[in-house]
Amino acid sequence: MLFVLRWLGVVSAALAGQNAFAALGDVNMTVGVTPISQEVYGLHMLIFWICCVIGALVFAVMFYSIFKHRKSKGAKAADFHESTMVEIVWTAVPLIILVAMAIPAARTLIAMEDTSNADVTVKVTGYQWKWHYEYLDSGVSFFSSLDAEHAAARQVGSGVDVSQFEHYLKEVDNPLVLPVGKKVRFLHTASDVIHSWWVPDLAVKKDAIPGFINENWALIEQEGVYRGKCAELCGRDHGFMPIVVNAVSEEEFDAWIAERAPVETMADAGAQTVAATTEDDDADREWALEELMARGEPVYAAACAACHQANGQGVPGAFPAIAGSAVVTGPVDAHIKTVYVGVAGSAMGSFANQLNDVDMAAVLTYQRNAFGNTVGDTIQPAAIKALR
Amino acid sequence: MSTATAEHHDHDDHHGPAKGWTRWLYTTNHKDIGTLYLLFSLVMFFIGGGMALIIRAELFQPGLQMVDPLFFNSMTTMHALVMIFGVVMPAFVGLANWMIPMMIGGPDMALPRLNNWSFWIMPFAFLLLLSTLFMEGGGPAGGWTLYAPLSLQGGDNLAFVIFAIHFMGISSVMGSINIVATIFNMRAPGMTLMKMPLFVWTWLITAYLLIAVIPVLAGAVTMLLTDRYFGTSFFSAAGGGDPVMFQHIFWFFGHPEVYILILPAFGIISSIIPTFARKPLFGYASMVYATASIAFLSFIVWAHHMFTVGMPLAGEMFFMFATMMISVPTGVKVFNWIATMWRGSMTFETPMLFAIGFLVMFTIGGLSGLMLAITPADIQYHDTYFVVAHFHYVLVPGAIYSIMAATYYWMPKWTGNMYDEKWGKIHFWVSTVFLNVLFFPMHFVGLAGMPRRIPDYSMQFADWNAVATIGAFGFGFSQLIFVYVVLKCMKGGEKATTEVWEGADGLEWTVPSPAPYHTFETPPPIR
Amino acid sequence: MSSPSTYYIPHEAKWPIVGSIALFAFFAGFAFLLNGGGWIIMALGAALLIYMMVRWFGDVITESENGTYSPQVDVSFRMAMMWFIFSEVMFFGAFFGALFYARVFSGPWLSGLGEGGAAATNAVLWSGFDYVWPTNGPAALGGEYAKMGWFGLPVINTLILLTSGVTCTIAHHAIKEGNRQKMVRWLLATVVLGFLFVGLQALEYWEAYSHLNLKLTTGIYGSTFFMLTGFHGFHVTMGAIILLVVMLRGTRKHFSATNHFAFEAAAWYWHFVDVVWLGLFIFVYIL
Ligand code: HEA
Ligand code: HEA
Ligand code: HEC
Ligand code: CUA
Ligand SMILES: [Cu+2]
Repeated sequence: MLFVLRWLGVVSAALAGQNAFAALGDVNMTVGVTPISQEVYGLHMLIFWICCVIGALVFAVMFYSIFKHRKSKGAKAADFHESTMVEIVWTAVPLIILVAMAIPAARTLIAMEDTSNADVTVKVTGYQWKWHYEYLDSGVSFFSSLDAEHAAARQVGSGVDVSQFEHYLKEVDNPLVLPVGKKVRFLHTASDVIHSWWVPDLAVKKDAIPGFINENWALIEQEGVYRGKCAELCGRDHGFMPIVVNAVSEEEFDAWIAERAPVETMADAGAQTVAATTEDDDADREWALEELMARGEPVYAAACAACHQANGQGVPGAFPAIAGSAVVTGPVDAHIKTVYVGVAGSAMGSFANQLNDVDMAAVLTYQRNAFGNTVGDTIQPAAIKALR
Repeated sequence: MSTATAEHHDHDDHHGPAKGWTRWLYTTNHKDIGTLYLLFSLVMFFIGGGMALIIRAELFQPGLQMVDPLFFNSMTTMHALVMIFGVVMPAFVGLANWMIPMMIGGPDMALPRLNNWSFWIMPFAFLLLLSTLFMEGGGPAGGWTLYAPLSLQGGDNLAFVIFAIHFMGISSVMGSINIVATIFNMRAPGMTLMKMPLFVWTWLITAYLLIAVIPVLAGAVTMLLTDRYFGTSFFSAAGGGDPVMFQHIFWFFGHPEVYILILPAFGIISSIIPTFARKPLFGYASMVYATASIAFLSFIVWAHHMFTVGMPLAGEMFFMFATMMISVPTGVKVFNWIATMWRGSMTFETPMLFAIGFLVMFTIGGLSGLMLAITPADIQYHDTYFVVAHFHYVLVPGAIYSIMAATYYWMPKWTGNMYDEKWGKIHFWVSTVFLNVLFFPMHFVGLAGMPRRIPDYSMQFADWNAVATIGAFGFGFSQLIFVYVVLKCMKGGEKATTEVWEGADGLEWTVPSPAPYHTFETPPPIR
Repeated sequence: MSSPSTYYIPHEAKWPIVGSIALFAFFAGFAFLLNGGGWIIMALGAALLIYMMVRWFGDVITESENGTYSPQVDVSFRMAMMWFIFSEVMFFGAFFGALFYARVFSGPWLSGLGEGGAAATNAVLWSGFDYVWPTNGPAALGGEYAKMGWFGLPVINTLILLTSGVTCTIAHHAIKEGNRQKMVRWLLATVVLGFLFVGLQALEYWEAYSHLNLKLTTGIYGSTFFMLTGFHGFHVTMGAIILLVVMLRGTRKHFSATNHFAFEAAAWYWHFVDVVWLGLFIFVYIL
């Protein structure tokens, strides 16, 4: 396998006096593209080497003793068992080393916490299991979730060879776009459970806590695509909520915002899923069953299948099945309420802000008439609109 | 049941064990109870290890091959709960039961019936915990840290898990009370505190930690219970609570807990190294003070697990500095052990090999702990496999190795037979090689950015995860050697002498091997 | 360290294993109940637990009264009781910790005070929320409610508990003088005061639920109020039952001027419960 070659590489690189880490592949912290990430990397390498030196010294003394002071070599045991002097020394010396580590650490920490004077502010909200981004200055907002192809490939028994994806599990439908050379402030929060927004290249990792906002910031110095992941266990699909940051020039960024702003600043509930954005969104007209079914299927796949599964069977004990569900096949109001308001204290959150009227009506109708459910009725977008 | 009268005071269990299988159910003998604890722990080690192997098997390659992500998460959660509460803690309590009365010249534990209860709670507590795996919706899947609000989403299992924790907590607190009372009250005349072996000292301090923090954990999970079932809002911002409050309470327990998992190990190593170096322990008094300092500091560092939750800057600074401080007393211990070896006359029987393995690999784990303590760097390390590497280095070659060292060291005293030295050494070397193949690469993938608690990962982590999985199966199956050696030693073998080891010092080596059912009927003289 | 000449070891006992089975049934049954099952298993577990305690303590009492125990055993019992009380202190500590945390940290943060994201928390998520203790949070969970004042029942309860501490001490002096009858009388007073406290506490709860709309579900205020006072009330009930048992033993001519560990353990427990109440009175009711 590959790693055998890499090991050979390490040895030969070490022999040739090159950077051994490089040959090992991806084994060290990324240097990153912000001043903070570079400082953190430097700090990391500093404490790493200090620890290596301490370890080397300690082990050198120990193994010297192990080889020299062994009975089989005729060593006779000495009798000393106390010395206040050395005790003081080996208490004091580590203390001094610690102080030497603490000073640069404190300096970096203070710099990290300074979120003042930001140019752009993005509110980042964690959902099970996707991210929602909102540019507070321009009002642009959207959801970002794992790319559909990856999502299909990662199912148990999908039969897909995942090594064909260059960025397996690190690709999203809608990346976060940020300008380089600007101080970006992040407001982190969550809608259901705790998530953690982490992009190693920015050295930004902050917990997204429901009901609270945490602040953080980054100043990206280099254009590029930076990938990260949710870092706090947030339930079943915690491993599948990646982050992609697309760092572009300021002009490109402004153009990107301008292109989206008109559509997406207007409605408070104007959020939308991956599904259908360009289609007809007329909530006031009467929709036919077929129309709603066709529209509901992709919405279901994007918004609901993570929990209720693509086949509508759910996960026993954790996520109820849609197929044959009493709620789904029962009265319309209870069904709408489950999805519009959510079920308190469960993973079933409110979708009022995630789906527009048509998408919500479509997915509800779809649930009532798919997976073997045969209620046969429709739920009209107008009914959802009336709730807003 | 027999009405107890004065005569019972001296009835037959003063001479030997009762007959029949009820002996093990009703016993009040510290050796019987110690044996029960140790065997329980061994069984749980295979259950917890089996779960680890499921985790590693799924992580062998990218892509999901075997398990549902939810089941993966519940394996992670259960693996940790079983290993911590079902393996390491009971094993240490078992060793305390066997050794403390012998080491201090006491007759038995201070409260023998309570002692029996402390043990017999454990199998039932784990029955309750493990039963959740067979429920609809599976076992708890929110991590062993049970963070709210995720843990509140658990299905039916939540109530069972919480009560299982209460149940184990009752056992731990009763066991610790017993140990404290034993150490303070059952010492032979002349066995002053500063003459006690370090294993006794470290357990005294551990027991204190347990009594102090297990009730806090009980409180924390009780709040989870009421938040979920009775509508309180401790951990919900809408009602004025805070999810992070759970983390503070949990880690106020959790950090002392990790020292609960290592302090008795320090005691064991402090017994073994002098024996095989044939030289008294260097710096006995400073070892005692260092242990006490670690225990004290352990109460004021908890938030180093929470550097990313958004604490005020002053808080982050405080917890960073306090955490770094723990390296100092721990370093004192490491240096004292090396000074004990220095100019000794060393031999390398299996217990000593495990002790040296402990020393080397615990130090590696400790140094990575120190790196984690540096807040700005921890913000990159946190919740990655770098942390997983850190704590397995302190737990597996730390706590687990110390337990194995102790078993090899004292087994001749327990059974009266020498264990098979050849297989003991093979066990050590095979384990040690695979252990590093298993856990060292986790540093690499962690630094490169692999989060923990994920069932599937990106291509860039594939190679090292495959290596780790190979190591895991190698390490796991080499533990079968341990079982073989233990069973063989229980059955028979070369008869052990009273002293067993040439350089051994301490009261336990003054009684015959195997140690009589009641070690000291009258207090032994203390030098 | 005591210096015994011979050691005492109790004979084996089956109560521990019975106790484990009882606790198992109780916990498993409680969990079933919470998940919508029946209460039978839990009730059986509780009954078996009580039976086990009666029999186990019964054995210990018989042994003690027969003079089986050495002074060393007595010391072990004392230490165990002290450390048990310490563990209880830590249990309450967790809930007091939650109270302080909510009042000093999360409350102000939610209303925008503090560094980091506090201002944004208030502005973006909970705009308009102004923190004053007591609070049921920015979402006003449980609706309008009134604070439980400290004047009235709480003051009376404080006086009751303090008085009961005094009567308990008088009883202690009585048994130390060997005056068993006096001990029983003062203990009776203590027990009555204890149950009076519990009764008044129940009245207070009734008042909270029916008049103040103050419930367990009233945000963090209701949570901390009822959990702290509730666990305390539970401990008072336990303490009063223990004292009652001690009193009944007194009427059966148990205890002597020198040998009355059970009394002392009960008294320590009672004083502990007393001190916790003072903490509650100050931090839950007054401040
Ligand atoms: C036996 C258990 C054990 C032990 C002993 C330790 C010991 C230490 N741990 Fe560890 N830790 C865990 C178990 C343990 N830990 C677990 C289980 C977790 C994860 C929990 C979870 O999230 O699930 C964790 C996580 C953890 C974190 C949080 C990481 C994160 O989630 O982001 C941190 C951060 O500070 C930390 C630090 C330390 C430190 C500083 C020590 C110190 O005590 C180490 C001291 C030792 C040395 C430093 C080496 C020897 C000293 C010398 C040779 C002297 C010379 C030294 C100097 C001059 C510095 N640990
Ligand atoms: C004392 C504690 C302890 C011990 C001993 C171990 C031992 C091991 N641990 Fe564990 N581990 C933790 C404590 C411990 N761990 C904790 C606290 C966590 C964090 C959990 C969380 O995130 O919430 C964790 C998490 C954890 C993870 C991360 C999971 C994740 O983040 O998703 C991994 C992954 O590799 C892992 C692996 C292992 C392995 C391979 C071993 C090996 O050492 C195990 C050795 C294996 C055996 C002993 C098996 C023997 C079995 C056989 C020979 C086969 C026969 C089987 C049967 C008969 C059943 N552990
Ligand atoms: C994050 C996970 C998650 C997602 C995503 C999710 N649900 Fe749910 N859903 C749940 C859970 C958990 C429940 C069970 C709630 C309960 O009763 O405790 C549930 C319950 C339901 C029910 C009631 C079923 C029954 O029989 O009780 C319906 C209907 C439903 N969801 C519809 C949807 C729709 C429509 C979507 C997508 C737009 C969706 N869900 C997305 C987790 C989710
Ligand atoms: Cu979101 Cu993990
Ligand atoms: Cu810690």
